[in-house]
Amino acid sequence: MKVIFKTSYDNDIDLHEDWWARGKIIALVAVMAVLPFLVGEYYLAEATNTLIWSLAGMGLMVLVGHTGQASLGHAAFMAIGAYTDAALMNIGVPWVVAFPLAGLAAGLFGALVAIPAVRMSGIYLAIATLALFVIVEEMIIILEPITGGVGGIFAPSITIAGVDFDRYASLNNFYWLCLGCVVLVTWLYANLLRSPTGRSFLAVRDSEVSARALGINVTRTRALAFGLSCAMTGLAGALMGHYISFFNYELFSVFISINLLLVVTIGGLGFIQGAFFGAILITAVPQLIAILRDGLNSTTGIDLGSIPGLDTLIFSAILVGFIIYEPAGLYGRWLKLRVWFQLFPLARRDMFRRQKTYLKTERMR
Amino acid sequence: MSLLQVEDLAIHFGGVKAVDGVSFSVEPGEVFSIIGPNGAGKSTIFNLISRFYKPTRGTIRFDGQDITHLSAHQIAPLGIARTFQNIELFDHSTVLDNLLMGRHTHRSTNWVQDMMFLPKVRRAERGHRQKVEEVIEFLELEAYRDKLIAGLPYGVRKVVEIGRALAMGPKMILLDEPASGLSVEESQDVAYWVEDMRRDMGLTVLMVEHDMGLVNQVSDRVLAVANGEPLAMGTPAEVQADPQVKAAYLGTEVDA
Amino acid sequence: MELIQLIIGGVATGCVYGLVALGFVLIYKATEGVNFAQGDMMMLGAFVALGLVNADYWALPFIPGVILAAAIMGGVGYGVDRFVVRQIFGQPQFALVILTIAMGFVFRFAAGAIWGFTPLVLETPFAGKSLHFGGVIIGYEDLVTIIVTGLLTLGLWLFFQYTRIGLAAQAASQNQMAAYIVGVPVRRINSTIWALSGVVSTIAGVLYASKGAIDPNIGLLGIKAFAAAVIGGFGSLPGALLGGILIGVVEPVAARYLPGGISQMSPYIIMLAVLVTRPNGLFAQIYAKKV
Repeated sequence: MKVIFKTSYDNDIDLHEDWWARGKIIALVAVMAVLPFLVGEYYLAEATNTLIWSLAGMGLMVLVGHTGQASLGHAAFMAIGAYTDAALMNIGVPWVVAFPLAGLAAGLFGALVAIPAVRMSGIYLAIATLALFVIVEEMIIILEPITGGVGGIFAPSITIAGVDFDRYASLNNFYWLCLGCVVLVTWLYANLLRSPTGRSFLAVRDSEVSARALGINVTRTRALAFGLSCAMTGLAGALMGHYISFFNYELFSVFISINLLLVVTIGGLGFIQGAFFGAILITAVPQLIAILRDGLNSTTGIDLGSIPGLDTLIFSAILVGFIIYEPAGLYGRWLKLRVWFQLFPLARRDMFRRQKTYLKTERMR
Repeated sequence: MSLLQVEDLAIHFGGVKAVDGVSFSVEPGEVFSIIGPNGAGKSTIFNLISRFYKPTRGTIRFDGQDITHLSAHQIAPLGIARTFQNIELFDHSTVLDNLLMGRHTHRSTNWVQDMMFLPKVRRAERGHRQKVEEVIEFLELEAYRDKLIAGLPYGVRKVVEIGRALAMGPKMILLDEPASGLSVEESQDVAYWVEDMRRDMGLTVLMVEHDMGLVNQVSDRVLAVANGEPLAMGTPAEVQADPQVKAAYLGTEVDA
Repeated sequence: MELIQLIIGGVATGCVYGLVALGFVLIYKATEGVNFAQGDMMMLGAFVALGLVNADYWALPFIPGVILAAAIMGGVGYGVDRFVVRQIFGQPQFALVILTIAMGFVFRFAAGAIWGFTPLVLETPFAGKSLHFGGVIIGYEDLVTIIVTGLLTLGLWLFFQYTRIGLAAQAASQNQMAAYIVGVPVRRINSTIWALSGVVSTIAGVLYASKGAIDPNIGLLGIKAFAAAVIGGFGSLPGALLGGILIGVVEPVAARYLPGGISQMSPYIIMLAVLVTRPNGLFAQIYAKKV
């Protein structure tokens, strides 16, 4: 196993512990940057979709993975982001202004909602966010002059300083734009985690009592986490709006919220990387299913397309499997694999055996 | 002037008088212990001082300020740190991160600066780390610095919790049964540390403890409580000689 | 007159919400878990009953058919706990939330695969009949719904008050670890409660289906039942029922007298208002956590 010789506190403060780790990230970003020259338009569009999902996934990860609060209504914040962005651009506000405002609107709304909501714990918060989602959905229909109501709204194509970033006409540019946003948000998120703010999030997640004894204002911290989470998700929603181009409230259904939960849980709760793993999974699996379906249809004549809802069934099965057998998610599995290879052939089977956990009651008593 | 003054403190849960009419004061630099049989209300007194519970009656003053009506999170910034009877650490973080979380009251940056990780944040982080390293050295936790709490033995976790409280740089530290569940050697370490906290760090220590050996070794004064009411207060020897205390508490203990 | 009519219809609909909410509360009280698939269990229960009773399928007589359906769904509930939920015993609550959401999708898929996604109507002996009191018309299905709900609630109350297993379940709900130590078979009780919750949701499903057509997406009604449970305090059986009735009444009244859209939002607005002002619900006992 590699041992890092630390000579300064900065080794621990820096994002990466050495140049090897830093180099890997740089290489990854570089490959992502040249992707438009490597793959065709169809797969580039899928890659863009994956990036947008990872951005939204990171938003939910802040909340679920790092602050320990559940939200079943994050689609609502994606919708707020998407509608704010599109509506502002429709009255002539340029994208560079509308986009941050979309994030801000979602974040502020989230923080505002959070102030009463964060006093609730676990299950109550999950239910409250679900209710909030239904209310936002209805509001979108009611506020027809702004949102286009049931008919929907058009997200104009993006132009920055004369350069066109339209999702269809110049997909390469739109892809780079999304990549830029994702890299920036990831950097901010990673910074957050290594700073006092991030530590206070973790403190609130792991022991509320201790957090209070250490002087952490739990309500304020949770509201901040909620706001940041919603802002990130709102940004993702705005990009999603441009990606789809023309959308109505149905784009942000309750299934989007569920998919987001899927991203963070299957990806690996509590790791930024988990959001990316999860996003790749949920954009890739429908593709795989489609390929499999076509293959089966042409070779054996079995038409799986005639069974409706097969995708959701497969998703659900994957989800159940992960929760029961690998609660640490894909990223957790990846970490274990890595250790196994590093130690080969010395790794032992029971090395990762889960510690017996006892029912930790959340009931007030 | 006394650092901590508790006057006529009482809390009733329904009809149960968990604490009733407890008064005491702790002088700066003193080691003050609260003893009593199980369920006597010792931890409840701690929870009242940390403001987890709202007292039914009475006042708590710290450093000349009335803290009876503050929120729980406003207590730490005044310089009161505490540990918990049933270890409340952040299980999924490393020892180092747990100790750094103890530095929360000293944070000098806001979340926007944190997210940009401005040079100011890095400077502050180095400062926090310096302080935490001092605590690590004091408690001899070097070997565990990068270990996750979830995998640590019980005794080490207890020490980490003391470390987290010390990292805060408090004026007074509340230790809730620091030696419970520890081996003889480990609780001897605790005795030395308490002594050093007082002598080298100038800390005031308020302790709830069952181990009478430890209490006798380090305490300047002892308060005995039973059924939420004060029985006797004085030097360890005086309190143990008190007939009421003997009857309520020491009479049932074999190895006093 | 019109208001009374609306209220009676609302109470009957509210009883269905209340019964689904009852299902949540049963499981929450006994196991501290929340079953987000409760609405889908209701849906599945309705379809199983339809499959047994309707002339196009098994064409059993109504009452035996419904009882058999309830028994089947009781088995499904038991199985879900025994083979899925028990696997994650000890994991955080959040894991169960996601797990049951996924279970809900599985139920929906199963119903869609067997009975299709086109709305179907359950054939009931009391369809289309009604009573007239002055100007007020009460459909038989509304009357049956209200009576059955009342009887079921009474039955559940008796069950928890007087039967051995009911008392044991109460003990387990107070403190699982302690109950386990003193020899209460906590796991078996959890499974039994899940089974019971399956039975209750089947009855809710049948009552719901007696009012109109059903399709696999009616499980989304579960969200409304949630609101009912929260309004009632999430730990209280009568609270859940009253919460359901409150929502059931407010909805049609708001639709009639308030601007459009408010009606659909009303359950959630009430719920959020309750959460903010009385976080423990209108009918709950409050405990403070011991440090």
